[in-house]
Amino acid sequence: MSRRKSDEEYSKTKAYRFFKWLKGEDEYYPDETKMDMSLLIPMEDESDLIERMKDKQLAKEKAYDESSNKLLRFFNRCYRVVAVLFCIILGALLIYSVSFLPKVGAADRPTNNEVPARYIEKGLEETGAVNIVTGMILDYRAFDTFGESNVLFVATITVLILLRHNKKDEKDKEESSDRIYEPKNDVILQTVAKFLVPIIIVFGIYVILNGHLSPGGGFSGGAIIGAGLILYLNAFGFMKTERFFTEKTYKWISFFALTTYCLCKAYSFYCGANHLDSHIPLGTAGAILSSGLILILNICVGLVVACTMYTFYVMFRKGDF
Amino acid sequence: MNTLQIILLVFLLVCAVSVSVTKDLLNAILIYMSFSLIMSIIWVTLESPDLAITEAAVGAGVTSVLFFVTLKKIHAINIEEGTKELSDMDINTEKVDGLDEQA
Repeated sequence: MSRRKSDEEYSKTKAYRFFKWLKGEDEYYPDETKMDMSLLIPMEDESDLIERMKDKQLAKEKAYDESSNKLLRFFNRCYRVVAVLFCIILGALLIYSVSFLPKVGAADRPTNNEVPARYIEKGLEETGAVNIVTGMILDYRAFDTFGESNVLFVATITVLILLRHNKKDEKDKEESSDRIYEPKNDVILQTVAKFLVPIIIVFGIYVILNGHLSPGGGFSGGAIIGAGLILYLNAFGFMKTERFFTEKTYKWISFFALTTYCLCKAYSFYCGANHLDSHIPLGTAGAILSSGLILILNICVGLVVACTMYTFYVMFRKGDF
Repeated sequence: MNTLQIILLVFLLVCAVSVSVTKDLLNAILIYMSFSLIMSIIWVTLESPDLAITEAAVGAGVTSVLFFVTLKKIHAINIEEGTKELSDMDINTEKVDGLDEQA
């Protein structure tokens, strides 16, 4: 049973002093330990300051004057010659080292070991993906791809932190953002965008959905969709894109895509590690609904990449959604 | 290696050298875009269309657009007037008055 102490009693305990210290209140420190910081830095006269700046400028000029600084003259003369020579020597060294590499396609290359043999022989059978590259990326090495998607997400968050405007100074925001100039209503750009944007986005969706059948996949398709969105934004301005893409959209799409990816892969890893049957049908090779989880993972990666590309551009343009 | 690949590789070299020689930042980005485009065609000839799609979308598309926006933000290009606003950056090189007499 706890008993509440009176205020006077409580003020003598260590806990009281600790929380005082944590809050940074002055009572904790005795007066003798405090220092008056203003006395340590004497105030400077304006004339002193100008004098000092002049001295600095003089010293700088003298240091960079070629007539008095012989070393600098020597350096300036040699700089270009040495730089070109250095580049040529470095290039020659690199090209020379390439000649030691094993020939492309030779049977005794160190890359021709059991790993690619397994991928080529059993890839279609085990992953169900006709495009063996996607089978490798999203099935055998899906964990790496998950890390890559997370790296992209973290990069966008960092850009968001760096480029985001402070909400307090609205005036500064209005001036520095390009929104006041929008939309420019360029006829050529708008007409071209009207025809191209649907084609680009449909092509991006095609690349994502056929990632396991034809070249491409989540990353390339997402980048194509992102580029299409950027073109649309440039042609029609922020007013139109904000109807379907705001900060909330970005947050939820990224969150759901990454979580779905994580859950799907966690399930298959759990099943694989415990030698359980995952009950995910591989389907017939070549059909669009085949190869198990790869289609879902491709869609997740594509969504994250498309959002990331678009968000990068928006953050660069106006520092806010 | 067929003729097309040799021509593309020569273009690639020309782009790589000229991007370091050019002094205009806008031109440098345009050359970089063409470098990416040639590179994506080379990927196709090397039978890796996955990389070609990604290179065309990211290298020639999104990255260059981000470069353009950055140039506009630091006022290295001014599209409205068509002139460069580099005069603002010359403040630091101004001399302090009366230095010449003392030197």
